[in-house]
Amino acid sequence: MRLNRTIRYSTVFVLLAAGAAMLLILNVRIGSVEISLPDIAKAVTGKEIDKTTARILWDIRLPRSLAAMILGGALALSGYLLQEFFHNPIAGPFVLGISSGAKMIVSLVMVFLLGRAIKVSSAALILAAFFGAMISMGFVLLMSRKVSNMSMLVVSGVMIGYICSAVTELVITFASDADIVNLHNWSRGSFSGMSWDNVSVMAVIIAVTFGAVFLLSKPLSAYQSGEAYARNMGVDIRLLRALLVILSSILSACIVAYAGPISFVGIAAPHLVKSLLGTAKPILMIPACFLGGSVFCLFCDLLARTMLAPTELSISTVTAVFGAPVVLWVMIRRNKEKQM
Amino acid sequence: MEYYFSTKKMSVGYHKRPLIQNMDISVKKGEILTLIGPNGAGKSTVLKSIARQLKLIDGVMYLNNQDMVQMSGAELSQKMAVVLTDKLRTEMMTCEDVVATGRYPYTGRFGILSKADYKVVEEAMELVHVAEIKNEDFTRISDGQRQRVMLARAICQEPEIIILDEPTSYLDVKYKLEFLSVLQEMRRKKHLTVIMSLHELELAARVSDKILCINGEYAERFGKPEEIFVPGYIAKLFSITSGSFDEENGSMELSAADGPAAVFVIAGGGRGKTTYRRLQREGISFITGILFENDLDYPVAKALAAEVITAEAFEPITDMVFKKAKQRMDSCERVICCRKTFGSFEAANQELLAFARQRGKIIETEA
Repeated sequence: MRLNRTIRYSTVFVLLAAGAAMLLILNVRIGSVEISLPDIAKAVTGKEIDKTTARILWDIRLPRSLAAMILGGALALSGYLLQEFFHNPIAGPFVLGISSGAKMIVSLVMVFLLGRAIKVSSAALILAAFFGAMISMGFVLLMSRKVSNMSMLVVSGVMIGYICSAVTELVITFASDADIVNLHNWSRGSFSGMSWDNVSVMAVIIAVTFGAVFLLSKPLSAYQSGEAYARNMGVDIRLLRALLVILSSILSACIVAYAGPISFVGIAAPHLVKSLLGTAKPILMIPACFLGGSVFCLFCDLLARTMLAPTELSISTVTAVFGAPVVLWVMIRRNKEKQM
Repeated sequence: MEYYFSTKKMSVGYHKRPLIQNMDISVKKGEILTLIGPNGAGKSTVLKSIARQLKLIDGVMYLNNQDMVQMSGAELSQKMAVVLTDKLRTEMMTCEDVVATGRYPYTGRFGILSKADYKVVEEAMELVHVAEIKNEDFTRISDGQRQRVMLARAICQEPEIIILDEPTSYLDVKYKLEFLSVLQEMRRKKHLTVIMSLHELELAARVSDKILCINGEYAERFGKPEEIFVPGYIAKLFSITSGSFDEENGSMELSAADGPAAVFVIAGGGRGKTTYRRLQREGISFITGILFENDLDYPVAKALAAEVITAEAFEPITDMVFKKAKQRMDSCERVICCRKTFGSFEAANQELLAFARQRGKIIETEA
């Protein structure tokens, strides 16, 4: 039994990693200009290739694909943390309004700074997003004290999301014409326009956060059994809860700052990964979730770019198509289990 | 001998509001302390406070002479295990996984179990007979099995003291007895100290070394079972108004039938109990006798009969008692005799039967 499990876990990890690698290559390859595999290999190993191709590869496709991979993983992980935090299978940064809160503050800051012709740095964006995420999180936490019902919590999160989105729309209306297009695209969620600078900042922040989350896997496993039992195991519940809030908000903030709000990945990816693994153990789920989110987002971004090329779909359109059914499936399964 | 666990002026409650105050409890190592009391009296509150799930309102708790409030969570987790009424939340966990969570205090930074840890898990599962369901999903087993898995989990935490909130509630009689036997075994082998709440008073009286009676604002009594199970106390503790509880035998009876007695039951030697209970079910009031005070029928008769004609144990039946019995029998129209033969020291009962015949009573025999 234990051996069977080890085989299953290893298989899942290998599959996810292979999937991520393959999709990363496909993402770089496919587009308005196809880049052949030998060219990619040459470019990566530092050999000369055609200048335009090299520019498309280095300046557009690779940073974008890497961003989709990193942010996708972060998104799934932040969803997983929120699900564990609230003991709610359909929690996630998007449905709880955390992404929208981050989006609202980011757009406020962007419009304010751009209006004064000040360049917005990555750090400022992330800080603004983190601030916004914490505001929404604060609201959701307040609500969670009043309502214990899991669907009510999600409904209140969705409401917060709507309010924040309305404010964002309002802000965008007042932005100058030139910025509107950019802001509008971003506020609907997109991986386009990533620079290497962006990618390196997000990689560092998310790597550190990921490490911190991974270190929490033991207390998190005790927390899964319920607070009373976790406390008996000597877990400092308050500290753990505070860390979960902060870490998931950092992850959500990073995503929103760079790619805007992206729906459903935070719920769908963890659940898909969980059914693949057949366990909810954090020590396995944390890395698997990250890989799963990467695969999911790389796949969705590929479709977003290519399906109606040259028009690009917003990433949320695609993630919703694949993610929403998963959410429905989770809810139906939960309901069945309750009736049993 | 030193006390392993003790409290001084402990007050417990929620949100700084004391519910039960001024408790002084003391338990030696390897003793079993049971909390009894009516529903909602605060047994769980006391247990949760002892398990440090709730902050004490006032007073101190000592574990092995150490102030418990000052112990770190990690330190306490290696000494105290709990099985609460809160359901353990699981997702895709087999019973073995659930039991293995008990090893938490002994694993490293990432909580990975060693071979030795798995051995402890296996032993714990065998001890409570759940090894055969170790690969089943925890959510798909019966309540009784779940309770035993939870005990295995607590055992594999290798505690010195275990806190159990109504552990036997979902268990059938076989597993109730088995559950308590495991506790006794653990206490004999490993000097495990147990603090638990039980609804089954008869079991509490048998398994406990100490009993704490919780009722309302304070712990009403604390002592050995024989100090608690004294006639009349349980009825008072639980405010029993219908039916009765026999402290000495740990059995209970429903309320006696009302009205004037219509039936006289000749019983004794434990032959009358079933008849008494049948009459009670049919709502027929009855008088019974002549019973020696140490007869097996006596406690049931006391609980169910309108009147019991008794004779002093180990003494011949006096004329006065016999006369009284004849007089009472005469007032009933029916007589039920539960006896086939009569011993030489209760010739009086045989004479009673003869008297009934002579007076033309409707006589039924049941034996």
